Amino acid sequence: MAEAAGTRDAVLLAPIERTGPGFYWAVGGLLVLVGWGALAYWTQFQEGLGVTGLHQPVSWGFYVTNFVFFIGISHAGTLISAILRLSKAEWRRPITRMAEVITVMVLFIGAAQILVDLGRPDRLLNIIRHGRYQSPLLWDATSISAYLTASLVYLYLPMIPDIAILRDRLDRRKLLYSVLALGWTGSARQRRVLGRAIAIMAVLVIPIAVSVHSVVSFVFSMTLQPMWHSTIFGPYFVVGAIFSGIAALIVAMIAFRAAYGLQGYLKPIHFRYLGQLLLIMSLLWFYFTFAEYLTGYYGSEPEEMRVFWAKFTGPFWPFFWGMAAANFVIPVFCLVRLGRRTVGKVLAASLSVLVGMWLERYIIVVPTLSNPRLPFGEGLYWPTWVEWGETAGSFALFALAYLLFTKLFPVISVWEIEEGREGVREVEARLLTYLPDAARPEPAAAERRG
Amino acid sequence: MVIDLDRCTGCQACVLACKAENNIPAVGAKEAGLGRIISWMQVLTEEDEGHPGEVKRFLPRPCLQCDDPPCTKVCPVYATYLNPEGIVAQIYARCIGCRFCMAACPYNAKYFNWRRYQTEGPGQNPDVSVRPKGVVEKCTFCHHRLQRARERARSERRELGPGEYVPACAEACPARAIVFGDLADPGSEVSRLARSPRAFRLQEELGTRPKVIYLTEGEGRG
Repeated sequence: MAEAAGTRDAVLLAPIERTGPGFYWAVGGLLVLVGWGALAYWTQFQEGLGVTGLHQPVSWGFYVTNFVFFIGISHAGTLISAILRLSKAEWRRPITRMAEVITVMVLFIGAAQILVDLGRPDRLLNIIRHGRYQSPLLWDATSISAYLTASLVYLYLPMIPDIAILRDRLDRRKLLYSVLALGWTGSARQRRVLGRAIAIMAVLVIPIAVSVHSVVSFVFSMTLQPMWHSTIFGPYFVVGAIFSGIAALIVAMIAFRAAYGLQGYLKPIHFRYLGQLLLIMSLLWFYFTFAEYLTGYYGSEPEEMRVFWAKFTGPFWPFFWGMAAANFVIPVFCLVRLGRRTVGKVLAASLSVLVGMWLERYIIVVPTLSNPRLPFGEGLYWPTWVEWGETAGSFALFALAYLLFTKLFPVISVWEIEEGREGVREVEARLLTYLPDAARPEPAAAERRG
Repeated sequence: MVIDLDRCTGCQACVLACKAENNIPAVGAKEAGLGRIISWMQVLTEEDEGHPGEVKRFLPRPCLQCDDPPCTKVCPVYATYLNPEGIVAQIYARCIGCRFCMAACPYNAKYFNWRRYQTEGPGQNPDVSVRPKGVVEKCTFCHHRLQRARERARSERRELGPGEYVPACAEACPARAIVFGDLADPGSEVSRLARSPRAFRLQEELGTRPKVIYLTEGEGRG
């Protein structure tokens, strides 16, 4: 089986076997940005957070925004891939791996934002030594580390058969692939065990993913601050996270499709389905936003209203209305009809959503802090080059890690594509069982992992 | 602590006394312009709505030492906590500088060391530790004065009497607008003032139960 999969889907393994000049250019460009970020962090580490634009009362800015944003992106992955696996959506096969990689990479980047934000990163381990479980930050630490562990396992398990293919085909990195393949031979028993393990992880990972962005929102909603102290924040953040996660997934898919010539695997139909999912999430996001702001406006408590107007007409209006346009108007416009030029439209919508969701996180974090309850006056926040550098470096580091991953492992699951080809009969049989006049199916055949 | 807003003239003597007492560094003009002044006691000013451009109102704001402090709950490392004397304390050597307490405090009574501000010497008051960069600091009701007064009383084998422990801001107030004492003692002056019909607490509706009580401006205003 490994032999056949390897030759038929050679294009999936090509990026691992050969490296063109484009790769080095991309790595070089990303390294420049990462270097800028490293320089920014080094400066901050030496001088203190004074080199940023943070102050009293805006004591949280870009770093916390990035933290919420990156952790949100992580929902792309595992959650979407788990849902598609569990619902036996056949079109998932070329997508799941890419989604899972996003999750793992971006979780590292997201968690690192908190480290960057700390005034005393040298004391980080106090969280373990003196941890206070009443603090939502501890909930974050727990939930995110659980998610990271589960996502790593969930990424790794479906990679085992592919790693075995690489072990058998490649001459390079024999040791790495042999160890990671765990002695995979593709026997019937191994496949059964693997199928079960993947199914268990897929179920497990969904509640963990939901918990992650709920507790991230609790960092804000557990305080008494105006426009943070809201019961809707948990689900609102989860919806936003899935929304931005799908957008990030689509962008990654289109980038690698172009770079590695994967047009045969990632077809317009895949983008069409994902685009429809993105559209639904956009509408859901709008519903939550509308409910959140209408409730605040209708009650019109003076302190809430100060923040509200700061967002609507005050100094934050470009961010707020930019968010509304980028998260709702533009995606709906792009996605409502996907008949022609599907990929282009879906890409435009996804890029817009990524910008919009970053703005959304920003518009939640900063205006509330800018408008204290007591008469301090409004504190405005302008990031310095340090924050820009750190942000650019974080994005670049994510892209770089992703790129290097694709050089070591196939970015589309080779054995799952093969399994999909072999399983067409089974899927057909399964579809027939949905129909009223279907014959009794062979239970063993229908129940094999679809 | 009771602060009579009718008596406050906005002279800022309390602010300076606090800075001198607690080794609070001057951050310099540049940092001050960025909004990074550290001032455990701060006099907030507000335009009087009834007399715009004519009457300013003053609100001296130390840490209100809430009985149910929103800041201590969110600290991930127990660096800020309500100590047995009822003072919201801060452990500078443990604080990781996440600034969650600053985001959670509805009175903005917590301050951050954005840089290493203490550059020369150990500070003039040897009883108060100086703070390194990257940690949060706050008003302690001059807790070191309580410790000193208690030690003195113990060495003289007697109970700590009222008036022996007063924070620097209350001591310095020339208008005697800041009165300090034991709210748990019903006979104390602060308890008497706290029962005044003019008494109120800042943002009382948040349920933080501050131990600083204000007396509204009443007669003689406007």
